[in-house]
Amino acid sequence: MATVATPLPAPSPARTRTIADPQQRLAQTLLVVACAMLAVFLLAPLAAILVKSVQDKAGAFVGLAHFRAYVQSPALIESAWNTLWVALAVTAITVPLAFTFAYALTRSCMPAKGVFRLIALTPILAPSMLAAISFIQWFGNQGALKSLLFGYSVYGPIGIIVSAVYAIFPHALMIIVTALLLTDRRLFEAAESLRTSARRKFFTITLPAARYGIVSAAMVVFSYTVSDFGIPKVIGGNFHVLAIDIYQQVIGQQNFNRGAVVGLILLAPVVFAFVVDLLMQRSQQAHFTARAVAFMPRPSRGFDAAMLVFCAIVCALMLAVLGMAVFTSFIKLWPYDLSFSLRHYVFGLVDGGVIDSYFNSVKLGFYTALFGTMLVFATAYLIEKTRGMRATRAAIRLLAAIPMAVPGMVLGLGYIFFFNDPRNPLHFLYGSMAILVLSTIIHYYTSSHLTAATALKALDNEFEAVSASLKVPFYKTFVRVTAPVCLPAILDIARYLFINAMVTLSAVIFLYSPDTKLASIAIVNLDEAGEIGAAAAMATLIVATSTVVCLVYALLTRVLLRRTQAWRAPPTPNP
Amino acid sequence: MTEPYLRLTGITKRFGRFTALDRVSLDVPRGSLVTFLGPSGCGKTTLLRIVAGLETQDEGTLVQDGRDISRLPATRRDYGIVFQSYALFPNLTIFDNVAYGLVNRRAGREKIKSRVAELLKLVGLPDVGKHFPGQLSGGQQQRIALARALATAPGLLLLDEPLSALDALERVRLRAEIRALQQRLGVTTIMVTHDQEEALSMADHIVVMSSGRIEQVGTPQTIYREPATAFVADFVGKVNVLSAVAEGQGRVRVGDLVLQGATGSESFAPGTPLRLYLRPEDVMVNGASADHPNVAPASVQKIEFLGAFCLVTVTLQGAPAQPLVVNLSRHSLDRMALAVGTPLRVGLPCECMRLL
Repeated sequence: MATVATPLPAPSPARTRTIADPQQRLAQTLLVVACAMLAVFLLAPLAAILVKSVQDKAGAFVGLAHFRAYVQSPALIESAWNTLWVALAVTAITVPLAFTFAYALTRSCMPAKGVFRLIALTPILAPSMLAAISFIQWFGNQGALKSLLFGYSVYGPIGIIVSAVYAIFPHALMIIVTALLLTDRRLFEAAESLRTSARRKFFTITLPAARYGIVSAAMVVFSYTVSDFGIPKVIGGNFHVLAIDIYQQVIGQQNFNRGAVVGLILLAPVVFAFVVDLLMQRSQQAHFTARAVAFMPRPSRGFDAAMLVFCAIVCALMLAVLGMAVFTSFIKLWPYDLSFSLRHYVFGLVDGGVIDSYFNSVKLGFYTALFGTMLVFATAYLIEKTRGMRATRAAIRLLAAIPMAVPGMVLGLGYIFFFNDPRNPLHFLYGSMAILVLSTIIHYYTSSHLTAATALKALDNEFEAVSASLKVPFYKTFVRVTAPVCLPAILDIARYLFINAMVTLSAVIFLYSPDTKLASIAIVNLDEAGEIGAAAAMATLIVATSTVVCLVYALLTRVLLRRTQAWRAPPTPNP
Repeated sequence: MTEPYLRLTGITKRFGRFTALDRVSLDVPRGSLVTFLGPSGCGKTTLLRIVAGLETQDEGTLVQDGRDISRLPATRRDYGIVFQSYALFPNLTIFDNVAYGLVNRRAGREKIKSRVAELLKLVGLPDVGKHFPGQLSGGQQQRIALARALATAPGLLLLDEPLSALDALERVRLRAEIRALQQRLGVTTIMVTHDQEEALSMADHIVVMSSGRIEQVGTPQTIYREPATAFVADFVGKVNVLSAVAEGQGRVRVGDLVLQGATGSESFAPGTPLRLYLRPEDVMVNGASADHPNVAPASVQKIEFLGAFCLVTVTLQGAPAQPLVVNLSRHSLDRMALAVGTPLRVGLPCECMRLL
């Protein structure tokens, strides 16, 4: 017979501590290791920049002397201002463009949506310099459409702005598409029954629900434009922006302290955008509750036709940009000899000794995808699925969010300062492929981590409890169940890391050595040397490689999807 | 008296300032099915997870089968667990799911195969070995989850609201099956539920909990007939609650009516405000003779038809402000030809009344 004892005075000590369980110890050790890695490869370099900015060449502390000198230098102030207004211009152009395109994709019944969407995403496959090269070919000194500029030069703000719009468009598009998809159809139906005009529906239902997406997209565009180095390098001309300044201070003048100051100045707007995004996320109410119904657009001939024309024009322009670059790589000499030739590939790249850069980039892509995916997924798993050590877990979560707020150049700068110091025991990493891999993984950490965490959270959170009750170590369950079920997300992360490693420039421009020169760096060098054909050829190679990887990914995902469908085939009749 | 299989003493668990469990002590007899019953947030799931080792208690001890397991991690305790969400591994076949705990013990392949076949037969699904969890219905998945938990022949089976995710029909069917299985295997089982019908139907003992404390422990009969506290009376089954005042010598006054309380109600001093609990099915309608104590005239206020039985709300003439709900079978309703406004005589049997 069950009894209830009267409340006894607690016989055991104030806090019960469990006996050490080897599996839990392992999980805790790994958590600490992950935290340490992020601290060493993310925080330490950033701290190094901070330190360098208040020191002089000899290493003595000079306080804010460099900052004061900066403020008093009109050229540098002008750079900061240039960077700012160009970024605002790009944002003002890209966001409405992306919004309209996204609206067409989600709210109209125009045909060929899949094709348009595919074309709109192509800039992701290319380094940002590809747009710059292409616009030079279209509007430069020998440009095909030069007259359309009415005497203005494409070199300078105009070129930077249009190239940046091209490069960042797909990112803004994807964010806004997601936001527009997450609108409850029932809200529109309710408005319909109240006889609301289309215009009012747009302003009272659509815009508020998509507000977060629009702001987020704007922040992404702004941050990207401020941080990008490749575009201003190729098409900036004499127009100075902060990214160029950092490069000149550090590589050109070897003035690390000044470079550190400019780096911190560059950090400011990006961190600002990051904080705005974060605050918006916090205040974002759940517009798309679990009971909401996805929106289904209704055909409307005039509207659909208008959207079709708009998307067709945008896509045609994008193809023109990509096409011009590819075209340039296959012709003898623009604009004098337009006959087909492979000389840029054969002589320009291979004989020019530059083809090694391409293979280095492929190697970087492969290592980044391999090690980066393992690191990101394992860390996300430890955070989400193990217990204990709350503080460490919170620290890693915070660290994982930081890379999004750090421009590539600033990260690269930090890496030089931190790893090039001979007193640092990790000094051996400098100049190796390893440091390129590590910096790229960290640079693209946040988005990868988010993908992993989202996939893991969607799993039943009792798998680990079941595993413990059946006496199966958690890592066995990780291999047998967690990783296979999350395979789509794992492949997504690998593809993301590979493609970004192929095109990355701003972080690695400071970290490469003659043995580890990358394709994107080669493009910059070739362009500097006036070899625009070869530069275009290298860019085309990158695009081709990224396309192949995307196709492989699409194929694998299709196969995987079929397998998971098999897990959910029609149920057997009830016995 | 034999030692209980599981003994909890002084279990306390706090989350920041919130006390989820407050010095909970309990004995679970060997081979019995004990249900933790209570509303959301009462601490029943926390208590179950502490028994499993998935949460660690702040204070208190646990002794399972003579062994002090208070400080053991979950991986070193002897139990199987079934969750509301089934938590079957979607990418493994049913066979692999059920064999999951066995593979680790390095039993031979033949042994594993026969054990899995035995378990699948036990839960009534002998042919689904090659299927995947996504291909089965909720009730079938839950039975597989049960088979998986029992595969390693644990000493203790823990069920965390196993029926809550199922639809009504499956719930009733699986309820009987789980109980039959548990009795057949004789495995000590603890089940958490917020559904009192489940608890009453399945359990050997029910532990009614509220706000981190145990309100009452007893058999389903005891809990239902003799609720120890107002909470238990209210939570388990429907009950009429009338405000009364003690009159001394075992009598209470409800409105203008003077009623005779059950034996043991003499202890209340005159003037003490009391609550009178009476189950709807205990109220006698037109059946008691006029000189029976506690008979009062009343009239029908409302009739709620629920199929096999009806809930009839009556207004007592002597206490018009406190309506009484009476449970009548459909036949009785027809026989008495009750309609709204019909006068009748109700009897409140003193031995069924609880005064608290």
